[in-house]
Amino acid sequence: MTRDEVFQKVRDVLVDALAVDEDEVTAEASLVNNLGAESIDFLDIVFKLEQAFGIKIGQGELFPENVSQDARFVQNGKVTPAGIDALRARLPHVDFRSFEADPQLSKVGEIFTVDTLVRFVERKLAA
Amino acid sequence: MRWMWIDRVIELVPGQRLVAIKNVSLAEEHLHDHFAADPPTPGSRGRPALPVMPASLILEGMAQTAGILVGHASGFATKVILAKIGTASLERDAGPGCTLRYTATIERMDLVGASTSGVVELMDHAAGTADQPARFERIGVIDLMFSHLDHNMGAAGAPGAAFPKHNFVFGEGFKTLLRTSGF
Repeated sequence: MTRDEVFQKVRDVLVDALAVDEDEVTAEASLVNNLGAESIDFLDIVFKLEQAFGIKIGQGELFPENVSQDARFVQNGKVTPAGIDALRARLPHVDFRSFEADPQLSKVGEIFTVDTLVRFVERKLAA
Repeated sequence: MRWMWIDRVIELVPGQRLVAIKNVSLAEEHLHDHFAADPPTPGSRGRPALPVMPASLILEGMAQTAGILVGHASGFATKVILAKIGTASLERDAGPGCTLRYTATIERMDLVGASTSGVVELMDHAAGTADQPARFERIGVIDLMFSHLDHNMGAAGAPGAAFPKHNFVFGEGFKTLLRTSGF
């Protein structure tokens, strides 16, 4: 499957899960900030990606989980450098560069873009 | 007390499928307001009353059907709440004397939540004859997502989210329903 084909299928999933227009789903669009995704939508997206691509996505594999419960990783509502390293190791498909400038836990959902999902699916398909 | 929108569970395949029925009755007071007659006014002939079950309550019926299925799958140990309506389309009205049949199927379930697909069917008892009894006809689909509240509130660290320990979602109403349905 080419990157473009993956993107189109990811776009179909997001149009369905988030009730957005096709042209809103650009590679750079943030799921939370631009496409209005809320917490339950992330679970919906995981389920729909599994169906669309015939893949199995483990819990916490695509979107981070349980970061906030580890005191080494979160202090005063911010993700520590150790936390970011741990996230990076766990989520290699995510670009954390912009998040590092203001690593507030509440904003961790905002780093996910359409491109993040495309990269994730590509990795899964190649594995 | 919970407002029950299904009358009986008729099939339960644990973790997979639950089928329930609801008999629509004129004894339900809201049917008299939904829709009440519009009296004639100057310039308008008005409209006669049309008692039909509100679509929002059909949605609730499916949410209860699917919610029991999801709750049952984990032994009613977690609080299962409706989190998202993915699809809801209904093509016909359900009037008094009709029977609705809800079939909910679990598409996917994990610790965080579950997604279900649902089919709504309607039997209009007046449509049958002695030779050909009335049958259920498909009138819509309702796909839902449920959140396992305990897990999500704990893991996401949502501030100020304090819920009682007891399972307020699955109370006596649902237990009685399952018991009287033979499950």
